[in-house]
Amino acid sequence: MQIDPKKCVGCGNCLPVCPMGAIAIDPRTRRARVNADECVECFACYRGMSKEHLNPTFVRTVRRVLGWFRVRFDPEPDICPTDAIVPQELTWPRIVRRAFSDPLVPHESTGVHGRGTEEVKTNDVTGRVQAGEAGFVVEFGRPGVGVRFREVQQVTRMLARLEVGFEPRNPVTSLMRDPAKGELREDILTEKLLSAIVEFKTTLDRVPELVRALEAEAKGLDTVLALGVSARCGPDGSEPLADLLGGMGHLVYRGKTNLGLGRPAPAARGAA
Amino acid sequence: MTNTLHRYGTPESFRDDFVVFAISARGRNDRDCAEKLRAFLRLALPHHPVNLGDASKGALLRGSTTMTPVAHWRRVHQPDPEAVIRGLDGPTTAAVVFDNPAALRAFLEDVRQADLGLSVNISGLTEEARQWAAAAGITRHSVEYSLGFHGPLDRLPDRRILEITTMCGHGMLSANFVKKMLDWVTEGRRRPEEAVAYMARFCTCGVFNPARAKRLLEASAGGR
Repeated sequence: MQIDPKKCVGCGNCLPVCPMGAIAIDPRTRRARVNADECVECFACYRGMSKEHLNPTFVRTVRRVLGWFRVRFDPEPDICPTDAIVPQELTWPRIVRRAFSDPLVPHESTGVHGRGTEEVKTNDVTGRVQAGEAGFVVEFGRPGVGVRFREVQQVTRMLARLEVGFEPRNPVTSLMRDPAKGELREDILTEKLLSAIVEFKTTLDRVPELVRALEAEAKGLDTVLALGVSARCGPDGSEPLADLLGGMGHLVYRGKTNLGLGRPAPAARGAA
Repeated sequence: MTNTLHRYGTPESFRDDFVVFAISARGRNDRDCAEKLRAFLRLALPHHPVNLGDASKGALLRGSTTMTPVAHWRRVHQPDPEAVIRGLDGPTTAAVVFDNPAALRAFLEDVRQADLGLSVNISGLTEEARQWAAAAGITRHSVEYSLGFHGPLDRLPDRRILEITTMCGHGMLSANFVKKMLDWVTEGRRRPEEAVAYMARFCTCGVFNPARAKRLLEASAGGR
């Protein structure tokens, strides 16, 4: 993302809306400027802020005159008065920033918006996590910290050593050059994202081991992990995870409940 | 996306937060799913959801590209649910948010009877979700628990900010902006409902809960 210095009036409205804090007023030019290395191309500023189309010279003059009298206009906080926020054309590898950070862009590898994963949300249709299995969802950089792929790789390498099988229909997996070793493409390792999700499934008996391994690995990261674990319920709606995780000292009370109302379309039946 | 899995707060703080979403599975039941997703959203309207959205297009409140200076004095924060429903035109996640369990239960009953064939999930307190589903004659299929955040937690903002920012799980709602809104409400520069409307525009898939956010803002501004 860029801010057009010819249009920007230095009002500062866009500074706090950036989830990565990548926008600042340049003290020399008194215009807002995006730190390209920290910007994750999430489009929050571009899409979340409303836009007026005022004449920049007029707005600067009004602000300057008001400033002489120590008066400051109190504008709506989510408006760019001169439509100065401008998306730039993204090329590889920078384009992966937007694919992982802008929730309105579907991932090419999965066709899913957001972070590109269906997890347990469609388990009633896909049958991805079966009885006796557990699905793991490891999200990096959330909330509001961000992550670079090299830190994702630090964890995927550890998971590969523990011989987990990464979910093939997952955007991070699609960027692995060697899934058996958890290694990602070299050319994306320094790219920064708002968040990325690694998914894998395992057997229920390995849940304590893998949760502890992830918690230990997280201590050595410069970003945060958000962990989620899923399981299939029995015919009576009972599930094995709450007791299992409770036994590890995790008080689990919030999550997603798949109601089992989905079914494959007739042509796809038999796959789940 | 785990956009609603890791909402932050104590169990008590979720007493007015009930997210329900419908989603198709790619390659399994996503052909011609748009009408079913629109039907899902329409079923919610009689139960007065506090937010709804289409993850590929946007939520009830969105940024505008055609503002005029009048907006600084007379801002219209009028949501248009029909616009969201009309705009839904393909595979996506359709989400609705309620602020009371009675509305949720009635909605679940309608969804069960509609038999759309799409996957429907409740994001919220899991034991309560099991009970609400059972009351609507539904036995849950799968459950996914949040184990919270791990690693250098000193990089996270404080509890009051996290409770609000994590209501946009995609991270579109910046901690600095929430802090600014909290300060403005505390200073009396904006009413809580105005601050909530500003924030809601950044959550594109419609899972932000304005009712909970307003309650949290009021509590924080009151010195909680």
